[in-house]
Amino acid sequence: MTETMNAADDALLLGGVRFTNRLLTGTGKFASRDLIAPMLAASGSELITVALRRVDPKAGEQDILRYIPPSVRVLPNTSGARTAEEAVRIARLARAAGCGDFIKIEVITDNKYLLPDNAETLRATEILAKEGFIVLPYMFPDLTVSRQLHDAGAAAVMPLGSPIGSNRGLEMKAMIRRMIESSRLPVIVDAGIGKPSQAAEAMEIGADAVLVNTAIATSADPVMAGKAFGLAVQAGRLARLAQLAGEKEYAEASSPLTGFLRG
Amino acid sequence: MHITLNGQVTASAAPNLLDLIIEQGFTPDAIVAEVNFELIKRDRWQQHLLQDGDTVELLSFVGGG
Repeated sequence: MTETMNAADDALLLGGVRFTNRLLTGTGKFASRDLIAPMLAASGSELITVALRRVDPKAGEQDILRYIPPSVRVLPNTSGARTAEEAVRIARLARAAGCGDFIKIEVITDNKYLLPDNAETLRATEILAKEGFIVLPYMFPDLTVSRQLHDAGAAAVMPLGSPIGSNRGLEMKAMIRRMIESSRLPVIVDAGIGKPSQAAEAMEIGADAVLVNTAIATSADPVMAGKAFGLAVQAGRLARLAQLAGEKEYAEASSPLTGFLRG
Repeated sequence: MHITLNGQVTASAAPNLLDLIIEQGFTPDAIVAEVNFELIKRDRWQQHLLQDGDTVELLSFVGGG
């Protein structure tokens, strides 16, 4: 009961905005954009990423924002940026286009593993936070950079679990755990989470939220997968709040072993 | 007149940004427009006159993680 009551008051604050759901989702890779709204409903996600790209009029692309219900906040990312300046340019365009103050900074120069450039990410964070953005930087887990991002005005830090779209889970678990221990900002595990059990694991070790896109969007049933991830994030969060006991080397009986059988 | 539209040199007879967007077959209500690296808000598109050699970026929000 105590856990439930804690969970009822258990909001996540990002830049002063209150979220009751701790699963962030993304709009990439869906076979049909019509699946996005039911996925959001099934997962409970209140914040979803989008990207900004050049338009090809022949491709008949439609604005992805139309597929996101107005109750869900939009988190534009700066994907495609290779420098802080490019990320800043995308962020300003996204805000001017009416997407609000949230921005996920993503600066990537490594095309094989899509690992973030922490130095450029930090520079972009400094600039955008001063301009009043709610900055969520995607970063390689690093305690020093995490602290610097805090000082630069980030609203959270978003360490990768493993490379984007790899479904490999928490390869960075040890360092993420240390970040969680020391960070004064919410820690949102972003990238690489491929299964609900991995999302739950991130929440159990104390992550404040997780961001899942590929695993939901590329499943055979993204609506059901969204629900599964939503439940896993809730379960992991409740387990964290419940402060589970740690592992032990040997068995410890859960039932009384002394009794009447042998007098 | 030639402008660089989304990285491609493009011939256009459009006098202003709104006309260019329509002339080139884009859907205006889904577009974010930048001319010479400066964002031009939607309500300014018709007033924004184009000049030979302008660099125009027409962007839109797409799926991304």
